Amino acid sequence: MHADGAIRTPYTEMARFLDATGQEALDQKRREAEVLFRRIGVTFAVYTEGGDPERLIPFDVIPRILSKEEWERLSQGLEQRVRALNAFLTDVYGEQAIIKAGRIPRELVLENEGYLPQMQGFTPPGGVWTVISGIDLVRTDADQFYVLEDNCRTPSGVSYMLENREAMFRLFPEICARHRIAPVSHYPEELLETLKSIAPEGCTGTPTVVVLTPGPYNSAYYEHSFLADEMGVELVEGADLFVKDLVVYMRTTAGPKRVDVIYRRIDDDFIDPEAFRADSVVGVPGLMAAYRAGNVSLANAPGTGIADDKAVYPYVPEMVRFYLKEEPILSNVPTFMCERPADQDYVLANLDKLVVKLARGSGGYGMLVGPHATQEQREDFAARIKARPGDYIAQPTLALSTVPTLGENGIGPRHVDLRPFILFGKEVRMVPGGLTRVALREGSLVVNSSQGGGTKDTWVLLEDPPEAQRALPPPDEDARPTQSQSQSQSGRQQQGEE
Amino acid sequence: MLSRTADCLFWLGRYSERAGNVARGLAATLRMAMLAQPLSAEDEWRSLLIATGCEPGFRAKHASATPEAVIHWLTLDLDNPSGIAACVEAARRNARTVRTALTVDMWEAINDTWIEFRRLDAIVMKGDRLPGFLDWVKSRTVLFNGAATDTMLRDDAWRFVHLGTMLERADNTARLLDVRHPAFAPSPNADAAQYAQWQAVLRSVSALRAYQHVFHARLQPQLVAELLVLRKELPRSLHACYRAVDTVLDAIADANGGTRGACHSIAAHLHARTAEGDMAAILEQGLHGFLTEIIDRNIELGQQIGLLYLNGRQT
Repeated sequence: MHADGAIRTPYTEMARFLDATGQEALDQKRREAEVLFRRIGVTFAVYTEGGDPERLIPFDVIPRILSKEEWERLSQGLEQRVRALNAFLTDVYGEQAIIKAGRIPRELVLENEGYLPQMQGFTPPGGVWTVISGIDLVRTDADQFYVLEDNCRTPSGVSYMLENREAMFRLFPEICARHRIAPVSHYPEELLETLKSIAPEGCTGTPTVVVLTPGPYNSAYYEHSFLADEMGVELVEGADLFVKDLVVYMRTTAGPKRVDVIYRRIDDDFIDPEAFRADSVVGVPGLMAAYRAGNVSLANAPGTGIADDKAVYPYVPEMVRFYLKEEPILSNVPTFMCERPADQDYVLANLDKLVVKLARGSGGYGMLVGPHATQEQREDFAARIKARPGDYIAQPTLALSTVPTLGENGIGPRHVDLRPFILFGKEVRMVPGGLTRVALREGSLVVNSSQGGGTKDTWVLLEDPPEAQRALPPPDEDARPTQSQSQSQSGRQQQGEE
Repeated sequence: MLSRTADCLFWLGRYSERAGNVARGLAATLRMAMLAQPLSAEDEWRSLLIATGCEPGFRAKHASATPEAVIHWLTLDLDNPSGIAACVEAARRNARTVRTALTVDMWEAINDTWIEFRRLDAIVMKGDRLPGFLDWVKSRTVLFNGAATDTMLRDDAWRFVHLGTMLERADNTARLLDVRHPAFAPSPNADAAQYAQWQAVLRSVSALRAYQHVFHARLQPQLVAELLVLRKELPRSLHACYRAVDTVLDAIADANGGTRGACHSIAAHLHARTAEGDMAAILEQGLHGFLTEIIDRNIELGQQIGLLYLNGRQT
């Protein structure tokens, strides 16, 4: 909706539909959606709480709609940002020009937990570090999108993007048909093409691609298996792979089979107990040695954590200027770094206006939303910031845009963000839209699924919705099939019991 | 195919089949216990524990085989790895691990069973409601088998599920028959109790009608044993099961580079034993000895399948 209360063009048809449908019917659809997701098994696990270990992420049946023009601008900005992040990774693990030029503090990069000294001097196959990125965006008004954070390690959520669309097609075929929605279902093919394109140079023939998962107890396991299935590749666990003479093999019923590209959904620390954490039981001993020898490709490359570190985030616009010699298309949210004394003073004085986050960490844990916090919570965070300033950053609470969402008491505005997924192999590929996460509690700003957020389908419209509702064509009388054959009842007596 | 995937598919087939078999066995025993004298009723329940191969665990937990204790042990008690609850749990865990190798229909059959099972409480195991529950378990395994048969591509995924199902089924039939082997010893005049035993054996493999269709005769121990061991028409006979195991193992070898191992010769041997056996001779030499050997070879067969296909050999 516009600030003046008018309905934005992409939503006109949807608004008509919602008016005509009514709360009860929508509630019914929401229940159907839940049954659907439960049956398919689209779940994620939350381990810090009791109760059902396999929970559904709540699905909101009202889609979030973007126009083609909005998406085009976003996608240009996303491509630019991903290219800059990759250039940064190549640089900080290479000649470190951006540090020498004084555009980012040396300690911030080299002493960062996200920086892997083991990767120094290494160039990944194809020169690509972040083969799959997810960039979180928020919107403040009709023209302004901000990047909230970059996810360059193992971004998740793309399966929800795909399943949400399938659910919408099943629950609301008519309203879907009345819009020209850009398709997303080819994402797995794009992903597979991208993964194949980073195969090691020595790989001949069609590369063998696998998805490496920590296993069924991982919160995103459904997604791992979904993507492997959609791509038609094996979903492997660490124990399914072994390294022999610097070559990675998987254990199959026909004996060992060589693996060329690994889409790994395991954190850097755990992928190889010989190279990183020795206590990892989900990794593959010797994997890093095989990787360094150029016999296998990893997506994403180890060490990308330095690019999506929250303390490095404020420098991303600078990366765009430094490496691409362009002005950033997407803006950053202004960010205060608590380790800078001036910033810290400002943050402590304005805790009631700011969102404070851990500089490292994910999933909305350890986060303070100042305007909604109690005095006690703010004092707790003030003490934590003073004790470990380097661990915290703060951002103003933006006047985030809202979209219509089905709540307990009818349709109301809720805050959303958007995570598009960017694939980078020989070229940059995206499917239009991404995953929209929604803060289901009224007034809440936290969209993380681990904190009670939900998701919506995200529509990018290839053209504006029609002004007038198109009538459905009448049924075609001639197209009726002839009646199918049935068993004759007369010829043979039914056998029955006495 | 990944060895681990094959392993999960194989055990998915086994656990799903086992859940159904325990339900069949329990239903038959319930009937027998109703007919039997109170004293021999306890024997019935103990026989069932032995037939399902979970007596030692039961003994560790319970002093005597009361109906309530055995029913709980075989249905809801997760401490019993061969109980229905544990089988449903294990089948679903394996299915979830290899979700991508299953068809949607198979997954939904397993997952819906699991969801429904979690909603059950102990009350459905009591009194009049137990037979309904057992029918439900049977119907869920029949649905799963139907979904697998009707929707799976005939590739290795199908073969390993089917292999597990048939190996488990053979094991079950052999154990069910073995636990009642004294009723099959040659004796001049059988009594009503023996007759009830033959009925129970047939009932527990859903073959009471099938017997009549094949033999058109009163129950005779030799014919009952022949139906369960040698007749290839009965889908739960040892012959039918081992024919399937032998065939599917051959197909797996062909699809995986042609290598054959000990599992292939054991399967061929078991197939031949049950295809060419003579029931009069088997009973003469002792049914118990015959079945014990089958059960032991069956265990060895499972281990050899593991070595060649499921454990992930590095060469």
